[in-house]
Formats: sequence, C-alpha cells, structure tokens
Amino acid sequence: MGMETESQFHVLAVDDSLFDRKMIERLLQKSSCQVTTVDSGSKALEFLGLRVDDEDPNVLSTSPHIHQEVEINLIITDYCMPGMTGYDLLKKVKESAAFKSIPVVIMSSENVPARISRCLEEGAEEFFLKPVKLADLTKLKPHMMKTKLKKESEKSAKEEESEVSKPEIEEEEAVIEILPLHQELESEQLETIVSSSNKRKAMEEVISTDRSRPKYNDITTSV
Amino acid sequence: MNTIVVAQLQRQFQDYMVSLYQQGYLDNQFTELRKLQDEGSPDFVAEVVSLFFDDCAKLINDMSISLERPDHVDFKQVDSGVHQLKGSSSSVGARRVKNVCIAFKECCDVQNREGCLRCLQQVDYEYKMLKTKLQDLFNLEQQILQAGGTIPQVDIN
Repeated sequence: MGMETESQFHVLAVDDSLFDRKMIERLLQKSSCQVTTVDSGSKALEFLGLRVDDEDPNVLSTSPHIHQEVEINLIITDYCMPGMTGYDLLKKVKESAAFKSIPVVIMSSENVPARISRCLEEGAEEFFLKPVKLADLTKLKPHMMKTKLKKESEKSAKEEESEVSKPEIEEEEAVIEILPLHQELESEQLETIVSSSNKRKAMEEVISTDRSRPKYNDITTSV
Repeated sequence: MNTIVVAQLQRQFQDYMVSLYQQGYLDNQFTELRKLQDEGSPDFVAEVVSLFFDDCAKLINDMSISLERPDHVDFKQVDSGVHQLKGSSSSVGARRVKNVCIAFKECCDVQNREGCLRCLQQVDYEYKMLKTKLQDLFNLEQQILQAGGTIPQVDIN
C-alpha cells in the first residue's frame, strides 16, 4: 500500500494445501510483501529457474530461461508436502550456487524438535509452527533486508570490477569487500532476532545461542 | 441511518461473538484471522471460513468411505484426512472441531475403527454447528452494514 514495487519484498510461498496457501498469502500481503504461491517444491524450483536434471535428480542446473526479473527475497515453505518435502526444497535451494543466499523459512503444524533442528542446521532461517500469526512474520524482515542490501552492495562491487570472471570466485571476493559495511548491520539484526522471543518455537535456545553465530559467519563467507 | 438500530445490532453482534468464544466454538486464532481482513480484503474471513467448511465436507466424505468396510480400513487415508482437518481447523480458530480431531488422531493411531467412526460423526456435527453459528454472525454483520453502521472491534479477553 503506497510502496514502490522495487522496495517491496517478494516472497515465494510453497504449500500443497489451498487453504494454507490462501492463509499465508494474506498474512504476507498484510505484512506488505508481494507474494507468489505455488503448490509444490518442484514448482517452486521451476519458478526460481532451477531445472532438475532428468538423468540425475541430484543435479540441478540453472535453466536458460531463468527468471531474472523476479527477485525473490524469501522462500517460505510447508514441511509436509507430497513428493518434495519442505526440507528437500530447502536442501536444493541451499545446494544451488545461484539461490543459496535466499533465506528459507519452514512451516509445520507439528512440533518435532528433531525436525526443527534438522531444518535449521540445513540453513533454514526460521521454523514457524502453524498456524502462523502476523506477529511471526515480523521476524522475516531482517532476513529479507539482508539479501536486498547484499544484492545492492554486490551490484556496486561488481561494477567496480573491470573483468567478468567465474561467478563463484567473483562473488566471494565481492562479499569480502562489503564485509566491513555489512558487519555492523548484521550484529544489530542478530541482537534483534536473539532478543525477540517466540514462545511457540520449541528450539528457541538452540537457535538463539549455538545456531545464530555460526550461521551468520557462514553467510558472510559464502554465497 | 437509525443510530439506535445500528447500536442494537452492534451490541447483538458483540454479544454473539463473545458467546462463541465462551462456549468454546472459537479460539484466539479466529481473532488472528479477523486481523487479516481490511478494506483491501473485506471478505477474507468469510472466504476462508467457506473454504474450510468445503474442506470439512470433502475430507469427512473421503474418510467415511475409507472407514466403511470393517475388514478393509485405509487408516493411512484417514490419518491424512484428520491431519488436514486438524491443520485447517486450527488455522481458522475452530476450537471444537480441532479438539475432536485430536481425539480422532488418537483413534486412528491405534487403528480403532469404532472410535474413528464416533469421531467422524462428532466432527461432522461440530463443523455443521459452527457453520450455522458463523452464518448467523455474518448475517448480523450484513445487517449492521446495511443499516449504515460499522462492524465493531470485539475484544475477547
């Protein structure tokens, strides 16, 4: 409402239940996000522009028809889905060079601590217990801000580079360059996330202490 | 606009809403749902609730088919149905329906067909009861709007 399209966050929501898709869509819209909903993990990957190799399903390649115009700032997915689970989707996103920087949030109606820690270990930013509330979504902003700022910094860093080198190496250099600028912001965000309490999250202690610090280090050194 | 009529209707609406919470038909999640409704999505609650009731009817029908033959019960299908029903009732704030689902799941886990059938009957009853109640609530809303009034914010505490 009254926001420019460029500054709005775009979230990709994945859930096999029509009902849940409608809910999460409204929740996100109410939180001023642009939303795209899909009903499966494979459709989510398709939307991102990742193609599953027919011969080896473990190999993901970037489709030549990659959706460059659609910048996704966050993926929020249900855990329990037929075929590709939310966990499988998380893994595929984190294994992809092009998209592993996109924050992923998992939702589940079941409070299974082992499941939660597995997802967080695999790189999920948050784990929401359903039903998801409006208040839960305020936790997403810091994660989405990070990717937007990073992308903007990378853009200007890349413009400074005169040659076009291999993506992986170049981006790592770019990240190291922006580190000092980034560090301050990240520690602020870290404090915000650590201090905010989520009564409904079973592994609160785990994520606020052990997970958070190593996690942030990972993000700053890899793409 | 007849302000007295509007005030009466608003009072009726408020009281009815509170009673639904007090009698356990609705819980806090329904309040959360109402937060998502605004001028941009003025019918959100009605739409979601309608979707929910359609889901109920379909899932209950599918589960009754799975439970029909005593010698051939597809408990996996029933479990899947209960899981979905529990999820959506929870999201909507349909407290009684959700509670039956919890008991239903337990019967399903131990493959108790009789128990499942009882729960199925109960969940059918509860969702239909809630449907009637919410229909009355929405009708009151419409009456208020037609009389030129606004829907009051109801504080449930």
